[in-house]
Amino acid sequence: MINWANFVSQMFNGLVLGALLALISSGLTIIYGTLGVLNLAHGAMFMLGGYAGYVAYTYTESFVLAVIAGSLFVMVAGVVMERVIIRHFYGRPDEDQLLVTFGIGICLVEIVRFFFGSLSLTVPAPKIFTGITSLGFMFYPTYRLALVGIIAVALLALFLVLYRTRIGMIVRAGIEDSVMVGSLGINVYRVFMIVFGIGAMAAGFAGIVNAPVVSLTPDMGEAILVQTFVVVVIGGVGSFPGAILGGLIAGEIISITSMINPGYAYVMLFAAMTLVLLLRPHGLLGAQSRG
Amino acid sequence: MLKQRPFLVETLTAIGLIAAPFVLPYFGFAPNTVNRILVWGLFGIGFDILFGYTGLLSFGQSAFYGTGGFVAAYLLTRAGFPHVVTALIIGMIAAAVVGYLVGLIALRRTGIYFAMITVAIAEVFYFVEFNPLADWTGGENGLPGVPTPSLYLGFTTFHFTTGWSLYIFLAFCYFIGIVLALRIVRSPVGAVLSAIRDNPLRAAAVGHNIHSYKLTAFVIAAAYAGFAGGLLGVLQAFMPPDAFTFDTSGQLVMQAAIGGTGTLFGPLLGAAVWLFLQDFLQAALGLGAAWKLVLGVVFVLLVCFLRRGIIGGIVDLYVYLAGKSTATESDDKPAPGSAAGGGQEVAPPAAPADKSSGVVMPALHRPIDRKSGPILEATGLTKRYGGLAANSDIDFTVNHGELRGIIGPNGAGKSTFFKMLTCEVPPTSGKIVFEGHDITGMSVTDVAQLGLTKSYQVNQLFTRLTVRENLTIAALAELRGKFRLDLFRRTAAIPGLSEQVGRTLEMIGLTGRADTPVSALAYGEKRRLEIGLALATSPSLLLLDEPLAGMSPRERVETVSLLKSISQGRTMIIIDHDMDSLFELVERVTVLQEGRILADGTPKEIKGSAAVQEAYLGGVHGQ
Repeated sequence: MINWANFVSQMFNGLVLGALLALISSGLTIIYGTLGVLNLAHGAMFMLGGYAGYVAYTYTESFVLAVIAGSLFVMVAGVVMERVIIRHFYGRPDEDQLLVTFGIGICLVEIVRFFFGSLSLTVPAPKIFTGITSLGFMFYPTYRLALVGIIAVALLALFLVLYRTRIGMIVRAGIEDSVMVGSLGINVYRVFMIVFGIGAMAAGFAGIVNAPVVSLTPDMGEAILVQTFVVVVIGGVGSFPGAILGGLIAGEIISITSMINPGYAYVMLFAAMTLVLLLRPHGLLGAQSRG
Repeated sequence: MLKQRPFLVETLTAIGLIAAPFVLPYFGFAPNTVNRILVWGLFGIGFDILFGYTGLLSFGQSAFYGTGGFVAAYLLTRAGFPHVVTALIIGMIAAAVVGYLVGLIALRRTGIYFAMITVAIAEVFYFVEFNPLADWTGGENGLPGVPTPSLYLGFTTFHFTTGWSLYIFLAFCYFIGIVLALRIVRSPVGAVLSAIRDNPLRAAAVGHNIHSYKLTAFVIAAAYAGFAGGLLGVLQAFMPPDAFTFDTSGQLVMQAAIGGTGTLFGPLLGAAVWLFLQDFLQAALGLGAAWKLVLGVVFVLLVCFLRRGIIGGIVDLYVYLAGKSTATESDDKPAPGSAAGGGQEVAPPAAPADKSSGVVMPALHRPIDRKSGPILEATGLTKRYGGLAANSDIDFTVNHGELRGIIGPNGAGKSTFFKMLTCEVPPTSGKIVFEGHDITGMSVTDVAQLGLTKSYQVNQLFTRLTVRENLTIAALAELRGKFRLDLFRRTAAIPGLSEQVGRTLEMIGLTGRADTPVSALAYGEKRRLEIGLALATSPSLLLLDEPLAGMSPRERVETVSLLKSISQGRTMIIIDHDMDSLFELVERVTVLQEGRILADGTPKEIKGSAAVQEAYLGGVHGQ
C-alpha cells in the first residue's frame, strides 16, 4: 500500500541505508583514490566489523565498547592486509589487484564462517535507543533514527580527517596526483597504510553500527559490496563528496522502489547507474582525469 | 614448437577427452564430477578469451551463464521444445545478444570500472530472475525436469542420460568449443585481442577499432557462458537459480586464475583442481565447510606467487629447464638477451645509401607517394590546458614527399603539436586537413586508417608478443581496415601480410630477431621496432617523435640511415633534439618556441638564424 506515512517511512529507510552506503563507499573510494587499488574485500571488512563487534558485545555487554572494538579490529586487519599482501601489488596490473583482494575477501568470509557458522547472529541495539519514537505523524524505530545521527558523526569525523588534517591533505593531494606527492618527499607508503586502515575502519564501523538493524551472516558483505560499486560509479571514483551523494541517491532508489515492488529495487539502481554512465561517464562529482 | 604442426593441440585434446573416462576414475573422479569439470571448462574458454587474451576481467559472467541456461531450460521444460541441442543453441544466442547489450554499457569504461559494472549488472540479472521473471524461471525453485539429449541414428536412438554416456555428449561439446576457440585465437581477431591486452593505446593508434574488438570478445565470452549454462541444466536435469549468483562468477574467475589464463585450457584445469579439492577436502579430510577457505588461501597464494596459474608455472619451468640445457649446448651462439650487446649480431639496419632503392616498401593499398602539393595543412592550431597555451595559432603545411624536421627547446609544444596532428588530443581551435580530408576531431584510429601515424617518444610496444607479432598487428590494421569479423580465418592466410611484415623486419634490421619477445630486446632494438610499428601500417605521412632519444652514438648513426631509407617515397615529419643528425636528414626545418612557430626554412637558413640561436642559447652566445 502506498500512503503518506508509508512513503515517509520508506524515505527514512532510504536515508538510513543511504547514510550507511555513503560511509562504506567513502572508505572504498579513498582507498582507491589514494592507492589505486579497488578493494574487493571491502564488503568482507564490513562483515568483519559486525562480527568483531558481536564478539566484543558478548564479552562486555556494552554497545559502545563493541563499536570501538569492532572498528579498531577492522582497522588493524586492514593495516595488516596492506602491509602483508596489498603493498606487493602496487606495481602489478589492476587485474592482479582485483584478483588478490577478491581472494582475500573469500578467505575472510570463510574464516568467519568457520568460527561462527552460517547461521545469522544478532546484536541488540543499545538500551537508550530501543523502542520506537513518535515523529508526530508517524512512528519510527528509535535506533534507526539514531543510526542516521551516528553515521553522520562518523562521516563528519572522516571529513575532518580528510579536510582539516595534514594527513588528510596528503591523501587528497594523493588522489589528485600520487606521483607528485611522492616526489615532494612524502613517504607515500606510510600514507597508503594509514589510508587503507582508515578506509577499512569506515567499513568496519558501518558493519557494527548496522548490526542491530540486520542480522549478521558471513556473506552479508557481498550484497553491500555490489551496492557500494554502484554508489562509487554514480558519485565518481575517488570522490569523497561523490560517495556521500551517491550513497544517499542509491539508498533512496532502493527504498522507494522496494515500497512499490522489491523485485525492481536493483533494476532501478542499475538503471540509475547506466544513466550516469551515459550522461556523465566520470560520475556525478568525479574528476575527468580518472579511470 | 607447436606452430609447425597444425592440429596438434586439437588432436591432443581429442585424445585426452577420449582417454579421460578410462584414466580419471583411478584418481577418484566420479563421472558426474568429470561432467561438471567439462561444463566449467567450456564456460571458462569464453572467459579466457575475454580475460586471458583481451585483458578484460569480468566478475559478471554469471549473467550470461544464467541467461543461456534458463532460456534453454525454459524451452525444454515449460515450452515443450523437443530438441535439446537446438534449445542449447538458442540459449547461447540469447546469451550472446544479452552480452552485446551489456557490453555496450560495460565497455564504456576499462579496468576497475569495467569490473565494477559487470558485477553490478550480474547482480541485477540475479534479482530479475528471482522476482520479475519468476513466472518463467521458477524463481527460487529453478526449473526442474530438463531432459538429456538423444541422437537419432535412423535405426536406433542413442540416449545420453547420465554418467559416462552424458560425458560423451559433453566431451563432444567441449571439443567443438575448444576447436572454435583455437581458430578464433589464431585468427587476425585473436591477434588484435592480445594487442589490446598488451597496449590498448597503441592498438588503437595503429588503426584498430578496439572498442568493437572488445565487444566481440565480450559477446564470444557470453556465448560460451550461455551454452555452458544450458549444459548445466542438462547435466543436473534441473536449472538451478544459483547459476546467476555472484559466487558463480567468482568461482569462474578463481578457477581460471588457478589453472592459468591465456591458454584456453586453464579454466578446465582450474575446475578439475577445484572440484577435486572440494570432494577431497570435504569427504576424505572431513573438513566440511572449511574446504572453501583452503581453496581461497590456495588462490591468494597463486595470485601472489604464480600469477600465470598452474599452466603458466609449468610452462615457465619447462622454458627454464629447456633454456638451461640449450645454453650449455650452444655456447657459441649468444643467447637472445646478450645478442644486442654483442654488437656484431645486430644486423646493421641499413648501409642504406647503396641499398635503399631495394628496400623501399611499397604500401599495398597506398601506392608510393608521387603526388605533389600539400599532404597536410594545419591552420590556426591552438591547444590550451586551462590557462596554459601549449600551442597557439600554428599554421603548418607539409608537401607530398617532403622530409620535415621540427626542433625547439624543451616545453616548446612539439609533442602536443604531434598529438593534435594524429588526433590523440583534440585542438582547442584550428583545423587540420590531411590529403583533402578534414580530420579535426576524428579518432586516432580513423586517422591511422587514412594513412597518418606516429612513432612514439616513449616506446609503446606490445610487450608480451614477439617482434613479428608486433608488426603483424600493425600490418593487419592496414590490410583489414579498422574492424573485421574474420574470426575463423588463419592470420597467415591473409594476402600480402607476411610480405609486408617481412619487408618491415628487413627495413628495421630485426629479421634475425623476428621471433624474440619484445621484453628480450635491447633498447635500441625496441626503438627501431617502435618505428617499425608505425611503418608496418604503410603510412603516407609518418610522424616520428624523437626517434633518436636515448640512443648511443652508434645507434644514432644506424637509425639515421634507417630513417633515410624509409623516407624514400614517403612524407615524414621528425621531431628531435639531435640537431646534427636532423639537419643532415631533413629538407626543411620548423622551429617551435613557446607554442608558436619561430622560424621555418632549410637547415642552412635555420643554422644561420639569429632568432633561433637566441631561442636556444638565450642570446648569450649570439655572434
